Amino acid sequence: MTYFIIIITAIFVNNIVLNQFLGICPFLGVSKKISTAAGMSGAVMFVMVIATIVTYLIQTSVLAKDAIIEGVDLSFMQTITFILVIASLVQLVEIILKKVSPALYQALGVFLPLITTNCAILGVAIMTIQKDFSLMEGVVFAIASSIGFGLALVLFAGLREHMDLMHIPKGMKGIPIALVVAGILAMAFMGFSGLV
Amino acid sequence: MSQLKNFTKGLLKENPVFVLLLGMCPTLGVTTTAVNGLGMGLATTFVLVMSNMVVSIVKNGIPDKVRIPAFIVIIASFVTVVELTMQAYLPSLFDSLGLFIPLIVVNCVVLGRAEAFASKNKIGASIMDGLGMGIGFTLALTVLGAVRELLGAGEIFGLSIFDGSYGMLVFILPPGAFIVLGYLILIVNRLNKA
Repeated sequence: MTYFIIIITAIFVNNIVLNQFLGICPFLGVSKKISTAAGMSGAVMFVMVIATIVTYLIQTSVLAKDAIIEGVDLSFMQTITFILVIASLVQLVEIILKKVSPALYQALGVFLPLITTNCAILGVAIMTIQKDFSLMEGVVFAIASSIGFGLALVLFAGLREHMDLMHIPKGMKGIPIALVVAGILAMAFMGFSGLV
Repeated sequence: MSQLKNFTKGLLKENPVFVLLLGMCPTLGVTTTAVNGLGMGLATTFVLVMSNMVVSIVKNGIPDKVRIPAFIVIIASFVTVVELTMQAYLPSLFDSLGLFIPLIVVNCVVLGRAEAFASKNKIGASIMDGLGMGIGFTLALTVLGAVRELLGAGEIFGLSIFDGSYGMLVFILPPGAFIVLGYLILIVNRLNKA
């Protein structure tokens, strides 16, 4: 039951893009076509789940209070450690994918370097710690969050594809109208807010 | 003269939020009030100036291949400084900015300036660039926060402008952030063209 609530909350109620404002850069940057949006969502899901597992293990076994040495609290190192782990993890995933599955690498390759500076990854890793999730709950939370990210991205890309064909006032073309549409999409997601 | 230009370009012409569209996550996430926007802007400005300075000092000692991780470590150290200082002296601001303080690390403005400017320029120019970009970022966040606070709660910096019963809650909630920012970008585009 808790897993079910975590999933519904992460996808609909507290959607990571439209409600938490994480991962706005790729949301605006790679949402011109549905196919690239889907590729980006896949890459984010892949890295987010791995990053959450690795940072969770590091937090509990190294950084938490009394984890290595009695009385030593290293949790102030959280930010530096997590971002370094994520940056190297992305490189590692890129190298392994290239060797093991060239087809998947072809599909996700271009998006992987962009993911290091995607704040959704670091945000979900830190939130998992802040919310005191267990490892399993953390994994479920990461998967659900990335599904929420993908849902918002694909919906938004679909809207933008249609917008290219519309007649839009000159000054509003491009980013301004995209932001206003994102606002209306966020309003639609607010309809879920009483759900959980 | 050129030093001054490094400083002023960040304010309007190359404003990181309105023109370069960098650092959108904190821009949208924390600007429910003008004070939050100002606090976030100043914290980012500090990190930006310090990381630009250090990157431009050590730029010749870093091998080209590992420069991005090296920059990230430098930035993350200053973010930790900000995080701990704010937690100690401004706990209420720290609580309302929440997750977005550690997320300054992945703010594209900071890494973008380190990579695009500080790693190629002298220390003086890099500090001016960081300061200009930081103040431009602060300006954008404060304006966005003020507009949302005014429309949503009828207040600016906590001073009430309209009487108590006023309030369009949607501008405080997430959709308002997107919509207000869209229109502000439209206005800045017009100003830059004129």
